[in-house]
Amino acid sequence: MKFLDEYRDGDLAQKLAAEIHRVTTRAWKIMEVCGGQTHAIVKFGIDELLPKQITLIHGPGCPVCVTPLEVIDQALEIAARPEVIFTSFGDMLRVPGSTTDLLAVKAKGGDVRIVYSPLDAVKLAEENPLREVVFFGVGFETTAPATAMAVYQAAQKQLKNFSLLISHVLVPPAIEALMSSPDCRVQAFLAAGHVCAVMGYEEYLPLAKKYRVPIVVTGFEPLDILHGILMTVQQLESGRAEVENQYVRAVSRAGNQPAQDLVKKVFTVVPRKWRGIGEIPQSGLGLRRGYAAFDAAKKFQLTDHRVAEPAECIAGQILQGLKKPYECPAFGARCTPEHPFGATMVSSEGACAAYYRYRRHDLKEMAGAK
Amino acid sequence: MKTPDFNAACPIPISQYSHVLMAHGGGGKLMHRLLEDLFGKAFSNPILDARHDSAQFTVPPGRLAMTTDSYVVRPLFFPGGDIGSMAVHGTVNDLAMSGARPLYLSCGFIIEEGLPMETLWRVVCSLRDAANKSCVQIVTGDTKVVDKGKGDGLFINTTGLGVIEHTQKILPQNVQPGDAVIVSGDLGQHGMAIMAVREGLQFESTIASDSAPVHAAVSALLKAGVEIHCLRDLTRGGLASALNEIAEAAGVKIAVEQKSIPVREDVHAACEMLGLDPLHVANEGRFVAFVAAKDSARALAVLHEVEVSARAALIGRVLENSHPLVTLKSALGVNRILDMPSGEQLPRIC
Repeated sequence: MKFLDEYRDGDLAQKLAAEIHRVTTRAWKIMEVCGGQTHAIVKFGIDELLPKQITLIHGPGCPVCVTPLEVIDQALEIAARPEVIFTSFGDMLRVPGSTTDLLAVKAKGGDVRIVYSPLDAVKLAEENPLREVVFFGVGFETTAPATAMAVYQAAQKQLKNFSLLISHVLVPPAIEALMSSPDCRVQAFLAAGHVCAVMGYEEYLPLAKKYRVPIVVTGFEPLDILHGILMTVQQLESGRAEVENQYVRAVSRAGNQPAQDLVKKVFTVVPRKWRGIGEIPQSGLGLRRGYAAFDAAKKFQLTDHRVAEPAECIAGQILQGLKKPYECPAFGARCTPEHPFGATMVSSEGACAAYYRYRRHDLKEMAGAK
Repeated sequence: MKTPDFNAACPIPISQYSHVLMAHGGGGKLMHRLLEDLFGKAFSNPILDARHDSAQFTVPPGRLAMTTDSYVVRPLFFPGGDIGSMAVHGTVNDLAMSGARPLYLSCGFIIEEGLPMETLWRVVCSLRDAANKSCVQIVTGDTKVVDKGKGDGLFINTTGLGVIEHTQKILPQNVQPGDAVIVSGDLGQHGMAIMAVREGLQFESTIASDSAPVHAAVSALLKAGVEIHCLRDLTRGGLASALNEIAEAAGVKIAVEQKSIPVREDVHAACEMLGLDPLHVANEGRFVAFVAAKDSARALAVLHEVEVSARAALIGRVLENSHPLVTLKSALGVNRILDMPSGEQLPRIC
């Protein structure tokens, strides 16, 4: 297919893999930040083409996975109210809160609807002036401009019945938090191409310098990822620690300026809790004071209650690259995509879910060999 | 009240009843008229025309196959089909999966009060046309009307009866190591067509459902003497679910190759955009066939001669008797699990 199959060509992939084998002389640990990349790596089997010395660590870049349990509980509380039309991207619907999920709330009569753009939620608010329309704003810098646009338009239209339950997060502070952890084993990063398409990559320059890590902005197709890994290994092997751009067909150094301006206009940087990791300073987006009327948490007077995660779940260690999914005793047995214990099993982009979907057979063989 | 767009052929006087009323299911004159003038006229055949509480007919010699399915699709009309044609194709295809020749259908309508009479007539006409095309007769039926809000416009149940005129054993347990795995055409059109209309998604081209009867393809395989071990209709859950169900039932490992599986460009693009896997998406006119290895080339040649299976493709093999497992060789040549989808297909964030 146009612009898709070209980036999945088996022969070219083998050539890139051979080149990675050729340049690799030592063991390296590389983190792909984005869940979309984790998904592609496991789905296409990219890691199996790599030399044994290269370990890919699956980072915290799945927006569904890192949305804190208490925010999901807040979503469930709002969605159950009779006056509310609760709108969300599709894959948030299955994510369990501490007792139930949005699909179950819908089954009990809650008006929960999937939207493909936050602007659809604004339209719903206009069409249903007697209902309260709430949009669940989650995601990284990639989805933030669309959420910002929804709030901006709602403000322009003076809509009183639209609000936002916000849990937007930012990538660079998460990289900073990982690198400053004493347990950190990551030696290089594949930065998320879509995030950088919006933000550019200038904000990664100080990180590469401060922690002496190569950061390569990488796309999502198999050839992109292999190419990104090759560029990363070349840097590691030659002792460089620079920010490079593999995804030139989508990413420029400065990014998408109008999108950034809109995000800045509507949102301000706030501390944010990441599921499985904890609170990271300056790592999230919140509504600016001028747009506070659109804050669903305030509008519905929700309390910020803290909820404990299942004690057995090691999602935090997995998100920080300290453990692999199959090293968890609950993996595939008590914890499955149908009954997830924690963050990384809930979304198809989570590391545990990706391994569960595509790799159970290998894992069984591994378990059998033990 | 006038409805100028209404097909003049509708036998119910629209000037009086533009919408279905509770009384149309109440057993009185209105119901009688609905049955006689609308269903009776559309489906007319000697068995139905006897107007008895149960249909009486003789069947040709051979074993019988029977199946039932309920249709609850929203919206009722979509590119490439509607609930009426689906209600015939789905049931006829289930019969075909036994290698049966479909003969008779029963047809139950559950209608929500207020459904436009025009809509009902369009569905009935489509159902009639699909039955004629599939060479099945509708010999008995039922109509119920439920209160507004208690149904989603229209639900249809059809039960099908067919005769098995061959001596092959076509069932999942008969799948054997070495069998060739063949799909009858490209995947995912129906599911993406429905999703596009339901969610108001606009792609560059309109994706139409693949809804169609497939028994002609099966009959051609049987006529050619192809040794068929199992057939499975690819509906909800797509190819991935069908292969996993059969691996489970037969206790075998099945290996298929991504690059051999036909998926149209527009369907592929739409799936990519929504983060869905075409192998998990529903079909309505596709099946997977497990045939003896020696017959795989002939089976493909035969299928290519039939319109509904003109794009049939060999996609893999049954490997060995083992713990049930389906693997997919990715475009990069690496094997991974092809799993059943977990619950409803939900579009991804990014």
